[in-house]
Amino acid sequence: MKTQLRLGKYWLYIPLILMSIFYLLPMYIIIITGFKSFAEIDLKTMWDLPHGIAFDNYIEAYSKLAPSLWNSFAMVIPAALISSILGSVNGYILAKWRFRGADVIFPFILFGMFIPYQSILIPLVQFMNMVGIKGLPGLAMAHIIYGIPITTLTFRNYYASLPQELLEAAKIDGADMLGIYRYILLPISMPSFVVVLIWQFTSAWNDFLFAVVLTGNSDWPITVALNNMAGSQIISWNVQMAGSLLAALPTLLVYIFLGRYFLRGLLAGSLKG
Amino acid sequence: MLRDKDRYLNILLISPSILAILIFVYAFIGWSVRVSLSKWKGLSADYTWNGIQNYLDLFADPRFQIDIRNTLIFTGVFVIGSILLGFTLAVMLDQGLKGESFFRSLFLFPMAISYIVTGVVWRWLMNPAGGSRTSGLNLLFTNMGLDSLVNQWHTTPTWGIAAIALAAIWQMSGYTMALYLAGLRAIPEDLKEAARIDGANELQIYRHIMLPLLSPVTLSALIILGHMSLKVFDLIVAIAGKQLPLDVPAIYMWQITFDGLFYGRGAAVGVLLLISIAVLIIPYIRYTTKIEAEQ
Repeated sequence: MKTQLRLGKYWLYIPLILMSIFYLLPMYIIIITGFKSFAEIDLKTMWDLPHGIAFDNYIEAYSKLAPSLWNSFAMVIPAALISSILGSVNGYILAKWRFRGADVIFPFILFGMFIPYQSILIPLVQFMNMVGIKGLPGLAMAHIIYGIPITTLTFRNYYASLPQELLEAAKIDGADMLGIYRYILLPISMPSFVVVLIWQFTSAWNDFLFAVVLTGNSDWPITVALNNMAGSQIISWNVQMAGSLLAALPTLLVYIFLGRYFLRGLLAGSLKG
Repeated sequence: MLRDKDRYLNILLISPSILAILIFVYAFIGWSVRVSLSKWKGLSADYTWNGIQNYLDLFADPRFQIDIRNTLIFTGVFVIGSILLGFTLAVMLDQGLKGESFFRSLFLFPMAISYIVTGVVWRWLMNPAGGSRTSGLNLLFTNMGLDSLVNQWHTTPTWGIAAIALAAIWQMSGYTMALYLAGLRAIPEDLKEAARIDGANELQIYRHIMLPLLSPVTLSALIILGHMSLKVFDLIVAIAGKQLPLDVPAIYMWQITFDGLFYGRGAAVGVLLLISIAVLIIPYIRYTTKIEAEQ
């Protein structure tokens, strides 16, 4: 019985490997196409391995996408930092310094992370024009504000899991609200900060809808630039593939090196903190 | 003394965020509703009252009927596909095999990539061109002698949107797997052990013990994936651009507002999307916050 079970388990590698191929197929195409020389590019041989390693496609893609890559970094980094800090303060207050009505307000904040942005898109564009915040700063601002629900949720869940005694002890020692935050909670909040920063970095980097309505061609972030590149008839598919890798690389690297934290952010997004 | 000072300080510190949400979520929704009830068409704002005319026009528009059909097909294929695949992968990875974390990372990595990148790549994988211009998956199938699998992908009449759902499943099934895996790990080992002692085999254990215990996870997955299908936008834009046969409400809203300048009707699409998502999400938020309060 036991051995039969063990044998049964090893069969599982067959479907697992088949599924791995399914998940890797697009990456395989992206990577091998990127390393082919222009002379080798042919749709008929798109599945064949490259004869050597060339960088033609990457150089060409980078020359076209470089400005938007930097636009993305310039917008995403401050957006991720600021919405994480706001989330941490909000989470602290909602978990440990509740005020009357806090439990009513929290679900209303949460709802903000599920709304279809089409339902606020016209006012958003109108508002940004009205107050004169245009281009990348406006885009960063949108990501900060619409990021507040998930960052608040993550920190609130984390702080709520900490024992109340931790705060009581500090209070007896004379620490006030800000002191407790600064000297007790902040030093142990780093894992949550990593989770939230990664999440915000990834979602702002990957966003297309806000970017396409809030920026123009001088300050397009990478998603919009890549999509326009893919839609143009004059840029060939191999350069598009190389461009895709450039666009995906920052978030992929974050995932490869900090995957554990990425997963936690993902589960928080389903309200399961 | 101290407590009083802090009581005001907490409200003071949280109020900028609350104010931002109040304006950017709730006031903007109200503003959209108002636009949807106006005659606004063109570059300059026009709030002349128009009743529900925009909504009537919308439902009379054959394009919006295509959108509804596409959304239904996409949601069905995407949600069922992601749940079946995600659950199967989670159960396989829950067997304590060597290399589990490697497979888990592999199945999950598409989540780190944007829909635009996914779309650009799948657009070439699903290239429908035939004859000597055959490429992508069709070429792969031909080379492998699987000619019967060669198809028109997203250019298939009526069901083309299902091909887009396939790319979406590629992207999101790992997430569903992670949800199920977290659910499976939360089930105490004793339960399985007890069932084994009673003579249940592995399949029966999953069918009769794990699956019922996982129903909250299935519910979450249904709601999260369902609400994503209603929002699907960039993936389709990247694969197919703005083609009518693959149109969905999110693209319709974007195009009719910012290209066509039919602000009133665009706002109406946004409001309808919001209502359909709110029906799913509000009970979900209430349910999860209630569970939490009970704990």
